[in-house]
Amino acid sequence: MEAGKRKVSVNVNGEGRSAEVEARQLLVHYLRDELHLTGTHIGCDTSQCGACTVLLNGEAVKSCTVLAVQAQGGEVTTVEGLGNREQLHPIQQGFWEKHGLQCGFCTPGVMMAVVSLLEDNPNPTEEEIREGLEGVICRCTGYQYIVSAVQHAIQLIAQAKSEEVHMGGGS
Amino acid sequence: MGDWIGTRVKRKEDPKLLTGNGYFTDDIKLTGMLFAAVLRSPYAHARIKQIQVDEALKLPGIQAVYTAKDLIGKVKAVPTIWAVPDCGLKNKARSPLALEKVHYVGEGVAFVVGENRYVVKDALELIEVEYEELPAVVDQETASKEGAPLVHEDVERNIAFHWQPTTVPDEVFTQAEVVVKQRFIEQRVVPSPMETRGAVAQYNAGSGEMTIWCTSQNPHIHRMTYSEILGIPESRLRIIAPDVGGGFGAKIAVYTEEALTAHAARDLKRPIKWIEDRREHFVATNHARDEIIDVELAGTKDGKITALRVRNTANLGAYVSTMGAAVPTLCFGLMAPGAYDIPKVGVEVCGVFTNTTPTDAYRGAGKPEATFQIERIVDVFAEEVGLDPIEVRRKNLIPPDKMPYPTAMGCLYDSGDYHHALNVALEKINYEDFRKEQEALRQQGRYVGIGFSTYVELCGLGPSKVAGATGFQGGLWENATVRVHPTGSVSVFTGISPHGQGEGTTFAQVVGEKFGIPIEDIEIVHGDTQSISMGWGTYGSRSTAVGGAAVSIAADRVLQKARKIAAFELEANESELIFEKGVFSVAGSPDKKRTFKEIAKSANFAWNLPEKMEPALEAQSFFDPENFVYPYGTHICIVEVDGETGEVELKRYIAVDDVGRVINPMIAEGQVHGGIAQGVGQALWEGAIYSEGGQLLSGTFMDYTMPKARFFPTIETAFTEVLSPVNPLGAKGVGETGTTAAPPAVVNAVMDALKPFGVRDLAMPLTPEKVWKAMQKGR
Repeated sequence: MEAGKRKVSVNVNGEGRSAEVEARQLLVHYLRDELHLTGTHIGCDTSQCGACTVLLNGEAVKSCTVLAVQAQGGEVTTVEGLGNREQLHPIQQGFWEKHGLQCGFCTPGVMMAVVSLLEDNPNPTEEEIREGLEGVICRCTGYQYIVSAVQHAIQLIAQAKSEEVHMGGGS
Repeated sequence: MGDWIGTRVKRKEDPKLLTGNGYFTDDIKLTGMLFAAVLRSPYAHARIKQIQVDEALKLPGIQAVYTAKDLIGKVKAVPTIWAVPDCGLKNKARSPLALEKVHYVGEGVAFVVGENRYVVKDALELIEVEYEELPAVVDQETASKEGAPLVHEDVERNIAFHWQPTTVPDEVFTQAEVVVKQRFIEQRVVPSPMETRGAVAQYNAGSGEMTIWCTSQNPHIHRMTYSEILGIPESRLRIIAPDVGGGFGAKIAVYTEEALTAHAARDLKRPIKWIEDRREHFVATNHARDEIIDVELAGTKDGKITALRVRNTANLGAYVSTMGAAVPTLCFGLMAPGAYDIPKVGVEVCGVFTNTTPTDAYRGAGKPEATFQIERIVDVFAEEVGLDPIEVRRKNLIPPDKMPYPTAMGCLYDSGDYHHALNVALEKINYEDFRKEQEALRQQGRYVGIGFSTYVELCGLGPSKVAGATGFQGGLWENATVRVHPTGSVSVFTGISPHGQGEGTTFAQVVGEKFGIPIEDIEIVHGDTQSISMGWGTYGSRSTAVGGAAVSIAADRVLQKARKIAAFELEANESELIFEKGVFSVAGSPDKKRTFKEIAKSANFAWNLPEKMEPALEAQSFFDPENFVYPYGTHICIVEVDGETGEVELKRYIAVDDVGRVINPMIAEGQVHGGIAQGVGQALWEGAIYSEGGQLLSGTFMDYTMPKARFFPTIETAFTEVLSPVNPLGAKGVGETGTTAAPPAVVNAVMDALKPFGVRDLAMPLTPEKVWKAMQKGR
C-alpha cells in the first residue's frame, strides 16, 4: 500500500467495493473519483446544499463532510442504486412526471434526502415535505414541483404496495 | 393545435439526470488528466511585490505553477464583449492572472497544476506572495468621488462610462402637478447555480487542436473569445458545454480560468481539469445588480404619469465583465418606463469601478432593476396622489389598441394586453374583501399587505442589427439544422445551449408537431461547437423566441422537401396532398399514401427523386428576428409581517404571465416558479455583503441566504397567450419573468403592510432586523 494511504472497503449499492485512499479523502471524492459513481455531485463545501447527499448505513449524510475512512465497512446507497432507466424508483418517477428537476445537478442529492424523509415519515403533509427539504438547495425549481414530485412519489409507493398486497392475496 | 405544442410532456432529458447518468464537467475523466487550482488574492487592492513559487514546485505531485509573467505573449487579457458606444467606455481588459496589482478579493494570482485535486490545494499554501496593501473602495458612490482610491490608475474617479441616451428638461418637473422622488437600492446578489464553474481542456500536440469542456451558456461565444485569448483559430478550437448545472447568467461571461486551463493543457501536453469550489465561486464568478437608482416621477393629481427621470449608479466591480456594461445601460435603461404610457423618459447611467468581484448578467439582467424602480415609484406616486395602486396602474398601462407601442426609449413593444393580464390576476383574489380584512387585522395588531407588479421585459435577444448598433461584438441570430436520418429518426442541432430550461424537450415538441412523429424519435443536439455550425447561446430569454424559431423554420423547409418527394412518388400535385399525423395522402384517394419515415428513406437513398432534387432530408435555418419580444404580466404578492419579529411571511403569490405561445405548460410553469423563488430571494433574503476593506463577508452558503423550500407557499400561476408577431412560434420567452416581476411585488406588499408605521421604502433584502427596526421607528 502506498505510504499514507488506507484501504477503504464499502458496500456501495449492494456491491462490495474498495480502494486505497488518503486518510483525508472525502467520501464524495471516494465515490466519484475512485469508484466512478459520478451521479453524486458537489455543490458547496460547507454542507448546506445537499447535492452530495447519500445514504450511509441507511441515514442520509452529506458525503462532502464525511471522510471515506469513516464509511469503512459501511453500506452506502447513491443515486445509481436507486433505480435505472428501465425501472425507475418511485421517487425518480415522481420527479420525472412532476417536473421536479431542471438542470438536474442538485437532483440526485435531493432524491436521496427524500428517500430518508419518506422513511422517517411515509405520509408527510406539504408543510412537512417543505421542512424535510431543509437540508438541500435547488436554485432552478423554486421547489414547487419538487414538492409535487414527492407527493406523487408517495402515491406511487402506496399504489405499488397495494398491488403487492393484491398480488400476494391472489397467490 | 396538433399533438405536441401546448402539452405537458415529460422531459426527454430527465432519465439520465435522474439515474446519475448526467455528464457534467467534473464528471469528465481523461487519461493522464491533471488537476488545477487557483491561488487567489486575499486583498481587495494591493500591489504584488513578489511571488515565490519554489516551495510549491518542490511538492511531490506538482507539475507546474504559472504566474502572470509566464503568460505574457501566450494568454491575452480578457476583454468585455459588449462595448456600449457613446459613453466613453474604459474597457479595462482583465489579465489572465494579476500582474502588478490585485483589484479584488479572489482575483487569480497563480495557477497550480498537479496530480490530483488535493495536492494542488496543498501547493497553494506553499506559494508566498508579498503584497503591499492599498486602500480599497467597495461602493460606487464613494468610488466616484474625487480623491477615492483608484482601481485602475488611469481611470479618473473610477468612472468606467457615462451613458445618457435621453433627457427630460427640468421644467417638466418644476411645472408638474405632482413630483415624487425616491432612491432605490438594488443590492448585490450572487447568481449561485448549484454547479460551480469548471473546465477540462485537452490539447492535441500533433494537430494543434484544442478541446475545452466547460460550464458554458454559450459555447460559440466562448470559442470566439478564447480563440483570441489563446491564439488558437476557431477552426481548431472546440468548446463543449456538457450537462451544465444551471447558469442564470453567471456562465455567459468569458473568464480567465478556462483560458488558463487550456493554456496549461497546451503547455504540459496533458489534459487538465479545473473545478471551482463554492468559496471560490463566491469571489471568482460574476456577481450581479448592485445599482443605486434615483427616480423622479412627474404626474397629474389624478394619477397620470407625465414624465420619468432615472439615474443609475452601477457598481461594475473591478473590471467591465463580458456584458457588464450592457446590463445597467441598455438592458436597464430601455426598460425604465416599464409597461406604462409615459411620454417623456430620461435615463442616465454611470458605471463605476470598485475593488469587488465584477458584476454582470443575472437572470433578467437589467430588466429586474428597471422593473423594480418603476413598479416601486408607481406605488409611491399612488400613495402621494391618494389613489389605489391598481387605479394608478389602470390609468397608465399601455392600452392594447396602442400595440405595437413605440416607447420613449425607442423600443417597440411587440404585442400584448397588459390590462387583461392585470384583470386575470385580480380575479384570483377578492381585492375589496382583502382591504377590509387588512384593516380589521391592523386593529388586532396584525400587519398584512398586498403588492402588485405589472411588468414588461425586453427578451428574445435579438436583432443582430441592434447588437451591432449597441456595441455587442457578435450577432444575436440563431441557427438550427433539422436532419432526418434514413430510418426516419431526427436530429436537431441548435445554437442555443440549454442548461435546465428543457429545450431538449420543447424543441422536440416543435419538430414533432410539424412532422407528426413521436418526440421519442427526435433528439436535440446542443452545446458542441463541432456539431453545431454557429449559435449565440442561451440567455436573455432568447432560446425559444430565437432558437426555437430557427428550429421551426428549418423543420418547415424539411417538410416542404418531403412534400415534394411524396407528391412525386404518389404522382399527385403538391396541392392535392394532405399531411396528417406523419402521413402524406392524396385528397380523394386515401389509399395513396406515404409515411414520413418512407419519405426519409426515399430522400436519403435517393434512388428516384424528382428531377434536379438533391439527395438527403435536411435543412438549416439562420433566423435573425426583426425585433425583441416583450413578455409581460401581473404578479400579486400577499404578505404578513410579524409585529414582534419583523419577519415577512409570504401568504400568497399569484403570477399571471404572457409569454406568448406556451409550448410545454409544465416546463413554462417550472421556469416561472424558479424565477419567482430567485426574485423573492432578492427581495427578502439574499445579499452579497462586503466589508469596507473589500472582504466578502457573505462568502459561503452559511452566510448567503439561499431560498429554501419552506420559505414559500404554493405559487399560483396562469398564462394569457397573446402571440408575438416577431417569430413564427409566437413565443416571447419565460425564463426571466419571475426574477423581473417578483422583487417589486414583494417589496410593495411589505410596504403596504407597514403603512401604519409610515414606512415609505426599505432597501432589499427585507430582513427581519431591517423591518423590525423600521417598525420600532414608526411606532
